Amino acid sequence: MGKRAAAIVGLTEWAPKRVWDEPMFTMEACARLAAEVLADAEVDKGEVDGLVVNGLRESPLFAPSALAEFLGIRSNFNEVVDLGGATPAGMVWRAAAAIEVGICDTVLVFTPSVPAPPQPGSNGGPMKMKMGAYMGGEVWGSPQGQFEIPAGLVAATPSFAMAAQRYMAAYGVSEETLAKVAVDSRYNAQANPMAVFYGKPITVEDVMTSRYVADPLKLLEIVMPCYGGSAVLVTSAERAARCPHRPVYVSGYGEHLTHKSITYAPDIVDTPIRLAADRAFAMAGVSRDAVDMASMYDCYTITVLLTIEDAGFCPKGLGGRFIDEHSLRYDGDWPLNTHGGQLGMGQAGLGGGMSHITEAVRQVQGRAGERQVPDCNVAYANGTGGMLAEQVALILEGA
Amino acid sequence: MVHFSTDGRPLPTPTPITAPYFDGLREHRLVLQRCPRHGYFFYPRGRCPVCLGDDWEWGELSGRGTVYSFTVDRAGHDPALAGRIPFAIALVDLEEGPRLVGNMVGCDVDDITVGMAVEAAYEDVEDTTLLGFRPTG
Repeated sequence: MGKRAAAIVGLTEWAPKRVWDEPMFTMEACARLAAEVLADAEVDKGEVDGLVVNGLRESPLFAPSALAEFLGIRSNFNEVVDLGGATPAGMVWRAAAAIEVGICDTVLVFTPSVPAPPQPGSNGGPMKMKMGAYMGGEVWGSPQGQFEIPAGLVAATPSFAMAAQRYMAAYGVSEETLAKVAVDSRYNAQANPMAVFYGKPITVEDVMTSRYVADPLKLLEIVMPCYGGSAVLVTSAERAARCPHRPVYVSGYGEHLTHKSITYAPDIVDTPIRLAADRAFAMAGVSRDAVDMASMYDCYTITVLLTIEDAGFCPKGLGGRFIDEHSLRYDGDWPLNTHGGQLGMGQAGLGGGMSHITEAVRQVQGRAGERQVPDCNVAYANGTGGMLAEQVALILEGA
Repeated sequence: MVHFSTDGRPLPTPTPITAPYFDGLREHRLVLQRCPRHGYFFYPRGRCPVCLGDDWEWGELSGRGTVYSFTVDRAGHDPALAGRIPFAIALVDLEEGPRLVGNMVGCDVDDITVGMAVEAAYEDVEDTTLLGFRPTG
């Protein structure tokens, strides 16, 4: 049996939107998320003694203390997690581990992604706009600024496109098979009114005829950046048993990374997902067959294919066949990203990565509504950061 | 760190450690550090990424290699390069071992394939020379 020390007991999630008409400071967003997630779990704020954030715009240094002060929390566990898209999954296992070792009991985990109110006298400036795609690589001494940025290897899409290109050359998967990932995700989004693509189903032909953005990836294989936000509450098994929703144990987890830039990836089609997932499954003591639903980070279609393989759900090289032979829909034989994934729901910053966890929790708690997977007890959820770089895998099991 | 050419192209700003590499490119030579223990070449840094030794030596590479993977940027992910699309970015495995990144030049972007044989191409941009690759022969 896997770990039973800590469980997710509550969640809140804002519908991702392309345009956010209520700008908020990050701290204010966290305060609202905290109020919502505590209400969902029926836990009093005074019980919270840990918090995890990625950072705060209003306090680039000392983020945990600034947030504890702002929220009025006396906190014993104070963590900043910086793992790109793997950040939310990395936050959740750190919270669970901290609870297990006994340094804290109840942890708020935040992934806000909303625009700040406009700053008087500032429009961001043209240089800031230009450098957004560099993701910090433009700073003095950064190897990215020396070698990658001058070649145009910036943002994330070209890196994942190179993984797809290499995969297709090595294993011969068709673009239609990759397109099916986007189509099944969009199908699931039709059962999620919070999805940015709710009411907008697509076909394989739609994907195939969408424009190439970075060969071989096409527009409809790429997430839509959105605003949004979410939070989850992690607490001890003892406290979780007194919460209204079914406790969802963080029963196994793994994390792995080797590189930041894709240039240095040891093998771009044998990803860090493999070692993270192997550790998570071993820790949980569950087999791949025991998984009732999978919630896989899906910044691009190729990410899902690589995750199915490297997380061990099929042998290397057979991910394309797996996708062709299974329905990845919430009412199909292998439910995947039942919320629509980020491909269907939108990528609300780090909230996009968190959406894979909130959906797995909803499914295990039996509150996924129209898209509920019957008898859902075990979920695999993961996060992929940066350029197929940071990887965190979680096994989530109902009490 | 990057600076920009007069037409807005991002260019590397060499550091004390990377300067010999960029000096080599300016002479249209590909030079990298090599660790004496395992012959491993690596992008410039103060210590070998395998053993953290600092007794590396600069060595010249053939510039010949094969395309490990590539993509064609058709959207201008860097707005500064939007005027150059479509352009190809390639990861190239050099004969001597290291994997380097650069733009493909001297060929149609639709003719590039994984495994294609390439050689170093040197693209002079103002006071900087960028490493690129072109099909061999």
